Amino acid sequence: MPTVAPLDLEGHCVAAVFLNDVPHFALADGAIHRLDNGHKTVQANDGLLAAFHDAANDRLITGGEDGKVFAVKAGGEVSELASAGKKWITSVTAGPQGAIAYASGKTAFVRFADGKIKEFSHPRSVEGLAFSPKGMRFGVARYNGATLHFPAAEGKPVELEWAGAHTGITFSPDGAFLVTTMQENALHGWKLADGKQMRMSGYPGKVKSLSWSVKGKWLASSGAPAAIVWPFASKDGPMGKAPLELGTRGNTMVTCVACHPSQDVVAIGYEDGMVIAARFADAKEVLLRRPGKGAITSMMWDKEERRVVFGSAAGDCGVIDITA
Amino acid sequence: MSDAQTQIPVTVLTGYLGAGKTTLLNRILSDSHGKRYAVIVNEFGEIGIDNDLIVESDEEIYEMNNGCVCCTVRGDLIRVVEGLMKRPGRFDAIVVETTGLADPVPVAQTFFMDDDVRTKTKLDAVVALVDAKHLPLRLKDSKEAEDQIAFADVVVLNKTDLVTPDELEKVEATIRAINPAAKIHRTHRSGVALDEVLDRGAFDLSRALENDPHFLDAHDHDHDHHHDHDGHDHHHHDHASDIHDVTVKSVSLRGGEMDPKKFFPWIEKVTQMEGPNILRLKGIIALKGDEDRYVLQGVHMILEGDHQRAWKDGEKHESRLVFIGRDLDAERLRKSFEACQAA
Repeated sequence: MPTVAPLDLEGHCVAAVFLNDVPHFALADGAIHRLDNGHKTVQANDGLLAAFHDAANDRLITGGEDGKVFAVKAGGEVSELASAGKKWITSVTAGPQGAIAYASGKTAFVRFADGKIKEFSHPRSVEGLAFSPKGMRFGVARYNGATLHFPAAEGKPVELEWAGAHTGITFSPDGAFLVTTMQENALHGWKLADGKQMRMSGYPGKVKSLSWSVKGKWLASSGAPAAIVWPFASKDGPMGKAPLELGTRGNTMVTCVACHPSQDVVAIGYEDGMVIAARFADAKEVLLRRPGKGAITSMMWDKEERRVVFGSAAGDCGVIDITA
Repeated sequence: MSDAQTQIPVTVLTGYLGAGKTTLLNRILSDSHGKRYAVIVNEFGEIGIDNDLIVESDEEIYEMNNGCVCCTVRGDLIRVVEGLMKRPGRFDAIVVETTGLADPVPVAQTFFMDDDVRTKTKLDAVVALVDAKHLPLRLKDSKEAEDQIAFADVVVLNKTDLVTPDELEKVEATIRAINPAAKIHRTHRSGVALDEVLDRGAFDLSRALENDPHFLDAHDHDHDHHHDHDGHDHHHHDHASDIHDVTVKSVSLRGGEMDPKKFFPWIEKVTQMEGPNILRLKGIIALKGDEDRYVLQGVHMILEGDHQRAWKDGEKHESRLVFIGRDLDAERLRKSFEACQAA
């Protein structure tokens, strides 16, 4: 039976991650809590809006209302990476070679590991940011499509057009596909090699959480009463294929998904705070946590594939041990 | 549970540059009214108050991808409201200031069309600040000035000290002709009482129209007038004289008890067909065989309705409906509305 070690905090949890195997919880007030031989806290942003787990460097990148970008490392080391003035930092991400990117209004910034910062202006707001896993390339989700930049080189960006407001963005782990979340209840995808497009719709709600399964074979998503899991293993991705629907519940919505690091299993968090794990092959479910106070907002598996850290909109966070 | 969270009221402040929005915002932020406001502005500009809860946001109008051109939202507001609501304990209400040229419709529709925003916040009222001295000029050179008035629940007629009493009368008559349902406050230096612009509940069906004396009385003069000029794009109202250079008109309908089987299909059809032309609609409907008043309000194709309260003893069971918009066929609306009356 899985056991839950709860951590009851005050406020909305933006990100729940493992840093050096220690559970960390980044809250909207900018406090970073961790369970490291007891409950400890450090302060990052004054108002934390966005966070991204930089796996390569085992750190959490945060951006917020104070217009600043911080890096949080295990042990409570917080360092300011950039400041963009009084405007909110609404999106952050991390890429190869220690580079990070952040967005404020219509501008995306890339900060290289040496501290050099490059600006990319857009005619419309930068809604979402993601680095490609291969090469120094990053994508911007924007109104009517996505823009791909090559920050290490000069030259024109690549524009990918699709009508509507694109709010979030992710590359598949092999860099072959780009997928955006949209203001309408849908995902949109591009196969980058040939520009082929795919529309993944039918969600009753907005998709806010995406997670690629091991080797990018599947893309799990929130926004429905079940985790909607699209097949990306074939060369054309999910085109013409139906998704899996895992962990279907009648009375609540999936708000967060986190794929297992090595198996075709996904942790599914719901609006009511419940967490389950579901296996792709046979849709078998295991209850990991009973409903709590708030919607699950963030989850991550540890390297040993033994624990899941989770955060909620109401602050009732914790760590699930699935082996206990 | 998070769904028990109370919805934060949002006031939208429109008005041309120089109409007095910043002065009013500064008053809202500094007056000791015991409430804390988060303010979303397009530019920090001249707000002289240092406050963590002033958020600068680039106006982003997003057309929804559903083929309906009037289905627009403010994308930046969705993001900012979502961000603010992650720490809801900091403020009691939100004020959104729009740029001078802004179309108020996408702002308002955001609060109906986006599920997340709608769950956490509720549109309280749209307030238009109008410069008494310069309104005539604005109406001549822009559609937006007219839209802002047509769409408003409250019009603050500001800078009245800069015009003669006669000019003021004319300006107010013009405003009234564009929007007979709005509450008008005359003031200067944006000195309107804050409780006249904040916490109005203008979009709250249980309160809407209740505090709206204009809605139930008077203005038949205007209505008849509109009917007479049915079909013209540019209306010139005798009483508003030479400064009334407007394209918006209102159509006010009055009838007896309605047959619900006829009325509901009719109003749905009207909002579907005429949606792009309708800026606002408000109504109190007497339904045959129903103990309660039925209230309606709409923005373009968005229509909301609910039972409000029981008809009081002696209260006349009467149906009233006001459309404010462009290119509305008043005669056809009136005839088809009247055809919905119960036998």
